[in-house]
Formats: sequence, C-alpha cells, structure tokens
Amino acid sequence: MADIRIDRVAKSFGPVRALDEVGLDVADGEFVALLGPSGCGKTTLLRIIAGLETQSAGRIVIGGRDVSDLPARQRGLAMVFQNYAVFPHMTVFENIAFGLRTQRADAERVRGRVRRAAELLHIEGYLDRYPAKLSGGQRQRVAVARALAVEPPVLLMDEPLSNLDALLRLEMRAELKSVLRESNTTTIYVTHDQTEAMGLADRIALMHDGRIEQVDTPMAIYRRPGTRFVGSFVGSPPMNFLTVPVAGGRGRLGALSLAAPIGEGTLLAGVRPEDFRIGPPDQGLALEVVVAEPLGSHTLLTGRHERQQIRVIAPPDQEVAAGARIGVLPALSRLVWMDPSSGRALEPAPAA
Amino acid sequence: MTSAAEPRAATAAPAQAPRGAAARALRAQALPYLLLAPSLIFLAVLFAVPFVQTVLLSVTDGGRLSLANYAKMAGDLNFTLSVRNTFALVLTVIPVQIVLALGMAMMLQKLRFARDIVLWIWTIPLAVSDLAAGLAWFAILQDSGYLNSVLYSVGAISDPQAWLSYETPSTLFLGIAAAEIWRATAIVLVILVAGVQLIPREYGEAAEVFGATPWQRFCRITLPLLKPSLQTALILRTVLAFEVFAVVYALGGRNFPVLVGEAFVWQHENQDYGVAAAYAVLVMAVSLAATVVYLRALRVPREQQS
Amino acid sequence: MIAARRLVFATGVVALCAWVLLPIYLIALGALGGRAAVYQWPKSFLPVDASLSTLGAFLAVEGIWHALINSVIAATLCMVFSIALGAPAGYALARFQFRGQSAYRLLIMLTRAFPLAMLALPLTVSFIRLGLYDRPLGVALVHTALALPFAVLISSSLFMGIPRELEEAAWVFGCSRLEAFRKIVLPLALPGIAAAAIFAFVISWNEVFAASVLTVRERTLTAYLLTVLSESPVHFRLAGGLLLIVPSVAFIFAVRRYLFAMWGIANR
Repeated sequence: MADIRIDRVAKSFGPVRALDEVGLDVADGEFVALLGPSGCGKTTLLRIIAGLETQSAGRIVIGGRDVSDLPARQRGLAMVFQNYAVFPHMTVFENIAFGLRTQRADAERVRGRVRRAAELLHIEGYLDRYPAKLSGGQRQRVAVARALAVEPPVLLMDEPLSNLDALLRLEMRAELKSVLRESNTTTIYVTHDQTEAMGLADRIALMHDGRIEQVDTPMAIYRRPGTRFVGSFVGSPPMNFLTVPVAGGRGRLGALSLAAPIGEGTLLAGVRPEDFRIGPPDQGLALEVVVAEPLGSHTLLTGRHERQQIRVIAPPDQEVAAGARIGVLPALSRLVWMDPSSGRALEPAPAA
Repeated sequence: MTSAAEPRAATAAPAQAPRGAAARALRAQALPYLLLAPSLIFLAVLFAVPFVQTVLLSVTDGGRLSLANYAKMAGDLNFTLSVRNTFALVLTVIPVQIVLALGMAMMLQKLRFARDIVLWIWTIPLAVSDLAAGLAWFAILQDSGYLNSVLYSVGAISDPQAWLSYETPSTLFLGIAAAEIWRATAIVLVILVAGVQLIPREYGEAAEVFGATPWQRFCRITLPLLKPSLQTALILRTVLAFEVFAVVYALGGRNFPVLVGEAFVWQHENQDYGVAAAYAVLVMAVSLAATVVYLRALRVPREQQS
Repeated sequence: MIAARRLVFATGVVALCAWVLLPIYLIALGALGGRAAVYQWPKSFLPVDASLSTLGAFLAVEGIWHALINSVIAATLCMVFSIALGAPAGYALARFQFRGQSAYRLLIMLTRAFPLAMLALPLTVSFIRLGLYDRPLGVALVHTALALPFAVLISSSLFMGIPRELEEAAWVFGCSRLEAFRKIVLPLALPGIAAAAIFAFVISWNEVFAASVLTVRERTLTAYLLTVLSESPVHFRLAGGLLLIVPSVAFIFAVRRYLFAMWGIANR
C-alpha cells in the first residue's frame, strides 16, 4: 500500500485547460472520491495518475516514487474501468490473472491470488466461464477482482458502478466498501454521483472546471460547504441559497434578525431543506407552498418566500397542501453564510 | 429492426374493407422479396448457372461424361509448373502481406498527425488494375528499367541485368511477388483497419495499466480480437491470390505459367473449352478448400465473442 | 529515447508511403517521358523532356480509342446495373426483417469470396448463342456480377445509417412509401449511392480476365492491352498502364470517405 501525492498537475487540450494546477494528498489506505459534474476534469486527472494521459505540468508521486514520466505499465497500479474492459476472449480466471501474468508471477502464486480475489468478490464459481456468459454485475466483479489480485499500491476506479441498474448499484456499493476496507487499499474513485461518494469515501475531493474546490470528509463537506457550488452539488434536494440584506451586522431573513459575519451588504444564507422546522407563519420565514410532493419517507415542499424559491423537507405526516401559507424556521447552527459574488463561505459570526 | 409499418393510408378504418387491408398487408410482406428479386435472378443467371456449366463442361468430352479433360490438363507440360508456381506465389505473398498489413494497421492506430492522408495513400493500390500494377513494375524491373538504373548509379552492376527473363526464373518469381505484394496489401489493410477500430480502446488501456508491454498488448489482446477480421481478409485475399493472372502476364509473359493463365491459353488459343473449364474447377476447388480451412482455424467460439 | 523512437516510426510511415507511390510515379514518368527516354539507359528519376507525345502516339494507334470507348461503355453499364439491382436489395436488407435474410447475406458474401471471373469461360458459349459475345454489354453483365456484392453491402449500410423515423414521419404526414423514399431517403442517400456507382465503374474499368475472354474485336482497354502485350513496344505498354491507372485513382480519391465508411473505417 502506498500514499499518493498529486503535485500541481495541469492539463491542456489545445486551448482548453482541463486541469488547472490540481494538488491532492491521499494517505496510505485512504479512500478518496473525485466527485464532480461531467467535464470537471475528474476522469482526466485519474487517467493522468494511471499514466494513460500525459500531464502538461506537475508531478505524480506514489509511495515516495516519482512516476510522472513513467508509462502506465511501469507504475504498478490497477484500474477498474467504467465499461469493465473485461477481455472477452479469456476466461474469468485468465482475466483476473492478467496483471499477475504480466508480472511473470509463478503459477502457484497466480492460482492463490486469483482464488482469493475471486472469493472476495463471490465469483469463485465462475472461474472457467467466458465473460459473454456473465451479467453486467458479474463482469464488474471480475474487473474488481482483476484489480485486487495484483494487490496494487493504489487502486483507481473510473465510475465503476454507473453502468449498473439502481438496485445492483446499491448492493455493489456496500460490497465494494467492505471488500476495500478489508484489503485496506489506497483508492481513488471517480464519480458524478454524490450519494456514491458520500457513502464510500473517507474524503471527498469536489472538482469543478478543472479545479478542486474542497477536500474534506463527507459530513464536513455536507455540513460546511466551502463554496456555493459545493453546497448545491452535494445533497439532494439541493441546498437553498437565500439572499439576505445585512445592516448593522445583522441580516434580515423573514421575521428573523440573524448575527451576520459582515457589517453592511448582501449575503447568501445556505440552508438545507431538511434543516427547516415548520411553525406558524408569523415566525421565521413566511412560505407560500406551491407544490407538495409526498415521497413516502418525507414530504418535499416547494414554495416561495418574498420571490425566492425555497425547498423544505417536512415530516411525512405533516398535512400541508399546495397554496397553504406556513412559517419555516432554519436551524441556525446549520446555516452557512456565503458571499454572493465570490460564492465562498464566510466564517460564522460569534454567537449573538 | 421491427417489420416496417405501412404508410398512413393503411391506418384507415380496416373494418370497412377487410379484403383491401389483407391485400395491403400481403403487399407489405412481399415487398422485401420483390426488392431482392432482381439481384437474385441476376445472380442465379450469371453466377449459379455458369457455375454449374463450368463443372459440367469440365466433365464432358464429346458429349459424354468423362474425366478426359482433367487427364489432358494434368498431362500438359505446363500443368505441374503452373500448380507449383501458383502455390509458391500464394504461400509466399500472403504471409508477407498479412504481416505488412498488420504493421501498417498498428501504425495507423498510433498516427495522430496525418492519419487521413496516410490512409488514403496506402489504399491507392486498391484502385489500380492488376494489369496496370504489372505494367508499373515492368517499368521498374525491365532491362532498361529503374531498378537497373539505381543499381548502375551505385556501381553494383555495369550492364543492364535481366530480371524477368526465362533464364532467371527466381528473380522473375521475386519480381512478380513484389508486384503482388505492392498491389494487394491494401485489400488486407482496409479490412484489418476496420477490425482494429472495432476493438474498444479500454481493452488496450486495461492491458497497459496491468503491466503489458506494447508487444504483449499486441499478441494477447489485439491479435485475438482481430481474428474475425483476419479470417475475412485471409479468405478474400487467398481466393484472389489463386486467380493471379494479369500481373504475371505483364511481367513474365508466358515464362511463368499460373493456373488462370493456363485456363486463358486453353480457352483463347487452343479453343479447348473443356480443359479451360477443368482449370477453372481446379481454381474453384482450391479456393473453397482454403476458405474452409480459414473458417475452421480462425473460428471464434460463440462464448468468446464480445 | 522517445524522440528516437518517434523518428523511426515517422521514417517507417514515410518509407511505406514512398513505396506505394513510387511505382505509380515511375510508370507516369515512363509514359510521359517522351519516346527517347523510354529506351534511354540508365534512366533518370526526374522528369526531363516531359511530353505528352507518347500518350498521343498511344492514343493514335488503331483500335485504342475504340477500346477506350468500349471500356467506358462497359463500365457505365456495369455501374447502372449494379446500382439498379443492388440498391433495392440494400434497402430491403436495411429496413426489413424477413425470412431468408441471412441466407441472402451469405450468398452475397459467397459471391465475393469466389473466383467469379472464371465463370466467363462457360459464359462464352452462352453469350455466343445469345449474341452477347464480343459486345460491351456482355462484358458489363459479368462485371455487374463482380460489383453487385459491393453495391448491395454499401447501399445496405447506407440505408441503415438513415434513421427509419424520417420515413415514418413522412408517412404520418401523408406521403406514400415511394414518395417518402424519393423525397426523404434518396437525397440523403445519393452521395453514398454515387460512391457505390463509382466503385462499380472502377471495378469494371480494371477487370482483365473476363474482358479478355469475352471479347475479340470489341475489346475493352484491358483486354486490348493484354492481348497485344508481348508484341507492343515498352512505351506503348506504359502509356496504356497509365491510362488505366489515372481515372481509377482519381475516381476512388473522390469517393474514398464512403468506401472507408462501407468497410467500417471511421474517422477516429
């Protein structure tokens, strides 16, 4: 196992700057998710780490070894591809053994490692089959087994679950987490699905337009987003951003007067839909409910407050109909102040 | 692809005219067969019938079934020579072409810069008639040709050397082989390039990440996945190779007998259609045998298909 | 290290390009170099005294023009027949699912992998009886058999590339099947069909064996050249070769994208 340091890596495709001086340190045994919308550069970064793309600038250091100029085959990594890339003309055994065979491991070691990897992924019964006879989920397991069999210092995963159906994705996610925890492999995992990232990662690196906007544990990213983008990307339904005028160090939000981190001006208050409490309309913010969606585990209310749209998650038994006027109270400890022009979060004001 | 629906006219209320709707449905079903019919009839008349006729011609002598034509063919002085020459040519040229075309296809995969132009240049020979190809190489290999000019200017020879004469059968063979390789590699190249493009990029990348060198990638991933294309290319090229004719004529005249050349002579000069047909059947049989061999040897079992 | 390998690679590519282009350049050189240059020894690789005189003399030989015209007629007829027979079949394969579909495809493949030209031998007899012997039309018919598989395959992949929804939309808006084909599909398919037509033309233009077997006096260019090969002077042969090459290469250049598409070669 090894740690990995991404040092000021940049990549341009002609005039387009796909990665802009990206830096990241991943500790030995850590699971880091590269999360972001399509086009943010996460796959490009992963491919540069793998050696499948050459960076325009910067270094990749794995376990203290600078691999920046090494071709992919000399970096000793393992990768799970989005489309699995399981070789159709080889049996499952041969597929899993592939990385070991290129290392010229002896037959004994190959058999042992392959068996172990197959057992980890519950496919030991398929070793003689060809991939064409396997389902998508089974092929995915073969791809993961192939990667684990070589016991790589770093494991790279490129949206491995995105081609599975929803239920299978859920199952595989749980399995993946336990398997990787058992083997304690340093893992870098690319995904656009924030639920996946939240569920699997020790830390999440949120990427946007070729830059890493924030790196932190999932709960820290959820609770204290560093920018408006982070706040809106993580969490579903997305965070509400309310425009709050500030005067004399206090922001006015509906009937509330809140301690603000600046003296004068306008701020954005970030409040998640589940952090509102419903009360009488004269306290807190007055909300005119436009749509009420009973979703089983909760009711999603979409409404308007002084021309701003707010989404509120209400308990499932709360009887609120469209057109109702209610009051919503934000949990002040969960509120995140942001600067409207830069989108950056501000330090909260001292309790007042 | 589901069966094509009929145009709007057919969605009019069917209850009113059940017979009309049935007739339209029938027409819709018959349409594909009607579209195919002209080509089928044509091929039946100009392919199936002459094929049968060729076989019959070869086993008919003076109105009776007999193998006299084959006997005459086998007894002819040029027969053994033409068989040997044709096979020697095929067995020399085809492996070289496969290796060369594979190399060129791999090069094209790596090319970024002028790939279109290079692909276009490398496929020019496809447009060249085999007669014209023979003539072009004649210009090079003839006594006062360009090869001799080059050899003379570097001092390797002092007088024009004959490469294509009756007395130099081995260089004649090499000259013909060179011309064939030049002419027909493009056929194999085109099929292989299409096949290589069908291989998803991820397979090569996965192999790379897991430590395979470029050569290992080629042998363990690319080649096996190219089997279907190799099969097609080999069948096509081998069948065409046994038909070699105009190139040989352009370079060696009658100094280098080949199967089709002999068939031509028997038909055109000796006016003996029977023996010519026997040669034709021989070529067809050999082509068929080669095709069966390729189909067996390069078969991809269903379970290994992607 | 990498730069050195890059250089070797580039050299290889350039060398192969040169190897392909050289014989064509040389035959052009030989054919256009003037009478004296043909017998000159050693030959120069540069075009000195480039002149069209050899070509002119070649064309002036009795029978050449006639042979040229026969080639054009045969190739044009082959082109027309192949498209007329092949395009409807390609459309049927692309748009319909019907029994015998794969058998038909197999048949088409079979004719491609078959020494078709050999069938000219027995056809000589039939053609004599039908009055098709020694006529460009007869040659065109055999050439059509050669070109038909390509025409079917090209037009089949062509029509498959045109979404069926376009035709269905036309039907919904009141067009009959034929109208929809004419107004919607045909304009979109035309470039590809033209490419298939040109490919058929070139196949016929280049073909040697069947043309030589089936003609005596009304020879095509290839048949003419073949039969006078041994007696003709060198410059004559080279001029004939050049005349065979130039139109084919030019035509294929014009339609190369469609041919590559047919064979499945994408533009990356």
